[in-house]
Amino acid sequence: MTTTSSAPGGLAPRPGSAPRARILAAQTRAEIGMTLRNGEQLLLTLVIPLLLLVGLSKLPTDVVGHDPAIDAVAPGIIALAVISTAFTGQAIATGFERRYGVLKLLGATPLGRSGLLVAKTLGVLAVEVVQMLLIAAVAFALGWHPVGNPVYAVLLVVLGTAAFSSLGLLLAGTLRAEATLAVANGLYLLLIALGGVVIPADRLPATAERIVSLLPSAALGQGLRDVLLHGTGLPVQSVVVLLVWTAVGGLVTARTFRWS
Amino acid sequence: MTPAAVVLEGLHLRFGRTVALDGLSFSVAAGSITALLGPNGAGKTSTVEICEGYRRPDAGSVRVWGLDPRRDGTALRARVGVMLQDGGIYASSRAVPMLRHLAAFYADPLDVDDLVGRLGLESVRATYRRMSGGEKQRLALACAVVGRPDLVFLDEPSAGMDPQTRLAAWDLVEQLRRDGVTVVLTTHLMDEAERLADRVVIVDHGRVVAQGSPAELTAGLEVLTFAAPESLPLDGLAAHLPDGCVVSESRPGHYRVEGDVGPQTLSAIGDWCSSQGVLPRELATGRRSLEDVFLDLTGRELRS
Repeated sequence: MTTTSSAPGGLAPRPGSAPRARILAAQTRAEIGMTLRNGEQLLLTLVIPLLLLVGLSKLPTDVVGHDPAIDAVAPGIIALAVISTAFTGQAIATGFERRYGVLKLLGATPLGRSGLLVAKTLGVLAVEVVQMLLIAAVAFALGWHPVGNPVYAVLLVVLGTAAFSSLGLLLAGTLRAEATLAVANGLYLLLIALGGVVIPADRLPATAERIVSLLPSAALGQGLRDVLLHGTGLPVQSVVVLLVWTAVGGLVTARTFRWS
Repeated sequence: MTPAAVVLEGLHLRFGRTVALDGLSFSVAAGSITALLGPNGAGKTSTVEICEGYRRPDAGSVRVWGLDPRRDGTALRARVGVMLQDGGIYASSRAVPMLRHLAAFYADPLDVDDLVGRLGLESVRATYRRMSGGEKQRLALACAVVGRPDLVFLDEPSAGMDPQTRLAAWDLVEQLRRDGVTVVLTTHLMDEAERLADRVVIVDHGRVVAQGSPAELTAGLEVLTFAAPESLPLDGLAAHLPDGCVVSESRPGHYRVEGDVGPQTLSAIGDWCSSQGVLPRELATGRRSLEDVFLDLTGRELRS
């Protein structure tokens, strides 16, 4: 194998792409590896959600409003995990890749821009699978008894991923990398506290509730609580809110995203 | 007639009110090394970015291997290698894993271990963000060629390299040409253009101001230089020089006569110097360098 290229010369052109599936697999593996090997990304995607899961489940049941507390907390933590990976983590990583010309360079390889977006999406979904397995394992150990149809929960997670990915890429494709870092982290903290993710929006004052319940964070958190805590059917309002955010976010991102 | 790898015709590009390209046209012969030479802001990077499909010109036509880089991007991405000024490499990546990753995109890539050896990257263990400027540049060059392209665009390839690594990079570029790869590079380094390029395209203000082989560009005019006390009254000498010769004090105490330099020029200078009572030292004649041509065409004043 090595004789051809170590011989004098050995740089003769032999252009050609690898099969599409192999290219996408390679880039998806790279995306997953970069998330799981990066300390800040691990803190964001795994450590914070798991700490909050354990911490909030130990709160008195009258504070949480449900007994056992873990049943009310776990759906919100699943929503938080989606936001951390699809929105904050993806925005920060993509913002710095844009700044360092990585998006530009990969866009000029056989991967191409569309392949890069596919790989990023697959990478986010794969990291979410890892998150869900760990969160579920810890939640079950804490006595979680989910109810409802798990297919609806998966559907909500996918729709939430789409909505928050489009918003994360909107930041990454328009702001400077440092601004993306600050805004993505700031919104993450704000949504945890007030976005209806882990603390239901109906705990907020009535006016605030009306606004917050239209946010994708509240739609995802409340939708997951509806299904996994209350055992409802498909929460239509959550689905509609997430679809609208995906459509608007996707459209604006497609029009404004700068690759370099 | 060799087929053209790149044909650019009448490219116009504006950024707001700034004219980046103003009717730029040239072509690149297959298997050659072409250097785009020009001062900062001349339009070199914009030109390369149009060839790479990153930008659409406001007007004009672009053909790379006969294809439109925007419309036929998929076909071209498999065969065109790109080295960007801003690297394009993951900050947390090390050299070999990055190259192996990119190599997986291609059907028949170069052997990564061999490639890092050629560029002296085998001992570089740092992540990209901690590499020296020269290491970063060599890795970016390796990324451009790892897929065995038949055309590579190198934007300022030797910026930030020390003399040793620059030689390694130049060796690689020359080897690429010997193996039949077409190379287009941008540079503002005369020695780089003179050493590597079969053809030099001098670009300024978004237009081609001259092109040809380094020998063609420096042919014709001769130059005579000498050293003497500062601030001699050159008007008197100019009057004695044959027609077509121009004299100037290129820096204090250094004089330069350009044009149709011949034996009469030399004797006119000798006569005039003796009338001034000065001895011309370091007297030399020669061809104009590419730098002279470049500075004559693009002006000697500094640009911000």
